[in-house]
Amino acid sequence: MHNATQYQFDVLVVGAGPAGLSAASCAAACGVRVGIVDDNPTLGGQIWRGLSDQVRSEAGRRAQRLRAAGVQVLSGTQVFHHRSPGTLFAEGPDGPVELGYGKLVLATGARERFLPFPGWTLPNVMGAGGLQALVKSGLPIAGKRVVVAGSGPLLLAVASYLREQGATVPLICEQATWVSLARFGMALLGQPKKIRQAWGLRKQLAGVPFAANSWPLFAHGENSLERVAISRNGKSETIACDYLACGFHLVPNAELAALLGCRIAEGWVQVDEWQQTSIPGVYCAGEPTGIGGLELAVVEGQIAGWAAGGNPGRAWGRFRERGKLQKFVRVLERTFVLRPELRTLRLPGTIVCRCEDVPYARVAQYGSWRAAKLLTRCGMGPCQGRVCGPVIEFLFNWLPDSVRPPIFPTSLESLAAIRFQPEPAPGEFTGGPR
Amino acid sequence: MPEPVVLTVNGSRVTVRSGATVATAVALAGPPCRRSVSGEPRGPLCGMGICFECRVTIDGKRHRLSCQVLCQPGMEVSTDA
Repeated sequence: MHNATQYQFDVLVVGAGPAGLSAASCAAACGVRVGIVDDNPTLGGQIWRGLSDQVRSEAGRRAQRLRAAGVQVLSGTQVFHHRSPGTLFAEGPDGPVELGYGKLVLATGARERFLPFPGWTLPNVMGAGGLQALVKSGLPIAGKRVVVAGSGPLLLAVASYLREQGATVPLICEQATWVSLARFGMALLGQPKKIRQAWGLRKQLAGVPFAANSWPLFAHGENSLERVAISRNGKSETIACDYLACGFHLVPNAELAALLGCRIAEGWVQVDEWQQTSIPGVYCAGEPTGIGGLELAVVEGQIAGWAAGGNPGRAWGRFRERGKLQKFVRVLERTFVLRPELRTLRLPGTIVCRCEDVPYARVAQYGSWRAAKLLTRCGMGPCQGRVCGPVIEFLFNWLPDSVRPPIFPTSLESLAAIRFQPEPAPGEFTGGPR
Repeated sequence: MPEPVVLTVNGSRVTVRSGATVATAVALAGPPCRRSVSGEPRGPLCGMGICFECRVTIDGKRHRLSCQVLCQPGMEVSTDA
């Protein structure tokens, strides 16, 4: 049996996107021993994702700086369990890893929200960010036709990126109404940086039709996607395409925070002004505290990194900037709230749990997540409800009831490497031999 | 410009750019990544290690997430589809 490779850090950062990289570099500047762990093969998270050999990318530059500052970088390493406070277990490319820490920064980011409609399980129907990630990881997209649909500012960024890479985008469908998008535009007026970004996207997307009030109805195809039916402002139309890039804004990756016992309210990890969670010494930065985008994630990461590294003065220096950027969180939430019509896109036979192929009608027979889970296996496959959880919450208003380890599927070898230290139950006799 | 990487997917040679993930190689080769429990073809959904739809067998090791693994020269990838 393998023993886990052991590391001990003063500050351990989980997640190497913008928030995590910022936290790690600030903590390292405090002179403490810092480690950063991420499941992706390269650093950068989603926004700064790039090919591993592109050292000139934002992520590449930051990774070089981190290594120069003596930060231990553990890529391709998935955290799946925690034991008593101060230890996480992970599975890395060379086997099990035990990560000891004094302070912990959770920068686990967000994932796309997917909604079921007939045909959404066909190959080449992907998340908007999902397709972008694949193209950034080498998938050639030049000459392909990609319909971009769903909700949120990510759709525009993805459409613009895909076009830059040579794809044709026949339509962008946003489910939000023109009225709420107009309000969104007004709210941006106080944020010159966001206006510049929006203006840049507008220029890059010149000639691409954008439809508000619109969403996918059906995806058709034999073995993979061939065409998609869209409800466009109340009328349906069919568009031939190679890919449908479809995501309905973002949901936080809060599973590790939940496993550690951090207080979570309405899905969001609760933090104080230092980005500290309800557990002393455990911090959280970026999207799990509220979907606010790149700039806010960076500032929250800096605050968490300075605070965890022991320099509260530098953390305090970023409070004002954070306050300004946080206004955007509420604006995003209001603008891209899901409309009720999206609950009716699924047919009785439409799969809601892709891991276990559980159709809508089977889940609808039950009155709670737990009953549906036990009797249909919905949410019990390898994604552990990460895809169908937000679906079930939107369709049935059921909230997931618990998070249990391992929080990602892992090998028996890694599970066996956990050195269990059974804790006595409260009141249990531990005074000597029985 | 780094050398392209040559690997096999279900026995067929595929050439990808250096730094590409296995999900890219599978997409170029053509087959779906897997069959679902009821036999439907499936391919990548999230692209970031969350959905587990893109899992394949890499060098004999099953259930690897193809979107999270970089292609290496001579790698043998097989899909169960």
